[in-house]
Amino acid sequence: MNEHDTLGDRLAQQGISRRAFLKFCAALATMMALPPGAAQAFAETLAKAKRPSVIWLSFQECTGCTESLTRSHTPTLENLIFDMISLDYHHTLQAASGFGAEKSREDAMKEFYGKYLLLVDGSIPLKDDGIYSTIAGRTNLDLLQKAAKGAAAIIAVGSCASFGGLPNAKPNPTGAVAVSDIIKDKPIINISGCPPIPAVITGVLAHYLTFCELPALDELGRPTAFYGETIHDRCYRRPFYEQGKFAKTFDDEGARNGWCLFELGCKGPTTHNACATTKWNGGTSFPIESGHGCLGCSEPHFWDAGSFYTPLSAPSASVSTVAIGAAAAGAAAAVAISALDRAKKRRAQQGHEKLTVKDL
Amino acid sequence: MNLQNIPIKIEDVEQYSIGNLRALLSEIAAHLERLARDGNIASIDLNSLPFAPGEYEQLRLLLGQGEATAHIEALGPSDITETRYPGVWWVTHYNVEGDIIADSIEITTIPEILSSQPEDIRMGLELIKEQLNDEVMP
Repeated sequence: MNEHDTLGDRLAQQGISRRAFLKFCAALATMMALPPGAAQAFAETLAKAKRPSVIWLSFQECTGCTESLTRSHTPTLENLIFDMISLDYHHTLQAASGFGAEKSREDAMKEFYGKYLLLVDGSIPLKDDGIYSTIAGRTNLDLLQKAAKGAAAIIAVGSCASFGGLPNAKPNPTGAVAVSDIIKDKPIINISGCPPIPAVITGVLAHYLTFCELPALDELGRPTAFYGETIHDRCYRRPFYEQGKFAKTFDDEGARNGWCLFELGCKGPTTHNACATTKWNGGTSFPIESGHGCLGCSEPHFWDAGSFYTPLSAPSASVSTVAIGAAAAGAAAAVAISALDRAKKRRAQQGHEKLTVKDL
Repeated sequence: MNLQNIPIKIEDVEQYSIGNLRALLSEIAAHLERLARDGNIASIDLNSLPFAPGEYEQLRLLLGQGEATAHIEALGPSDITETRYPGVWWVTHYNVEGDIIADSIEITTIPEILSSQPEDIRMGLELIKEQLNDEVMP
């Protein structure tokens, strides 16, 4: 990789017009919830950005996160890999293998010490000195600690790298933990989800390139542009929740009418992610639109939170009067109930009491 | 039995409206008022709105088609259409695979993407000069 290459240079070399790039930036700006009209300024800055070296380490994982990224439609993987970053190591995608592959990682780590981005998917097993997952005879723990030393920042891709994920599920036989449980002295950004939305991975990279810093993060280290609101807050079925209209089974009248899936175990109210608006499969739909509740896959310990089909717990204090009022009074009251919901959700998570229709 | 005989009931798209359309149209009207008064441009990102199934299609019907349409081929197609309300444009960008990558309503006299970009103009100028210097040029 030529460190002095800018993205603009690369695009010009490939005969990609500025208009085409502007269009690409319009897509990125949209995705990152930047103010309307930001695409022009975004394009100017991004064109001058240097392509960072990226090292991607895959640990205790199912490759679902890489699968998700390679199906990213905004931008295409070709754009991402060849134009925005210099992907110097990714053992699933690279052509090199064996010693050659390991050497390319070592070389990049030396040449771009202190500057490269480290992307990690998968959790890291700690039990029995980490022997449950090794690459080329080295434990994941050792690989992560060495690679983290020279990294400018670490991006934990997926719920396993972010929070421990399925390998961490009880009884956690390998002692699996998240990246942030091991590395304490580097900025870490968590892109949770099982898998995460591909556009979020590329959006975070674009943000880093444009602004040379990590985006604003929530208390769990996730970018607020994508994880700032709950699935429930942005769900198109939300009005049915406010009206107290719920599907009771997957094939009743309520389900056919597209009513709220809360009573069928939807975890939308406590799950922060962008599925409801960014959607999946090229913007086709998201689980709730397909008639199934949210599993909460971008939240810590969703794997040990009980049945996917048990309704969320909630406090016993009835809010039915407020809910009916909100439905009748319109937008202003809906905002009020939304604020109330947030407080209620917090209490519900602490209280673990079962919610009934009466409470709504 | 052929395809026509399969008893498929196509649901009325209006059935699912949850009130997004009225809110959206009010927002467009407010922006259009500012455009008419002060020349302020605005843009509404459709991807970030929680549309109920069918509402997107209803919005298309509601805004309709105006006098101007344009098509761009740059890293995939883009469709730019002025709606039946002058100053309100529907801009949809696709990637080369045909997936929508950005979809917005722009309230402006002309969407920025249609303007020639300064970098492209400079590149074009160089090409024209090269052409003029070419000896086989008639």
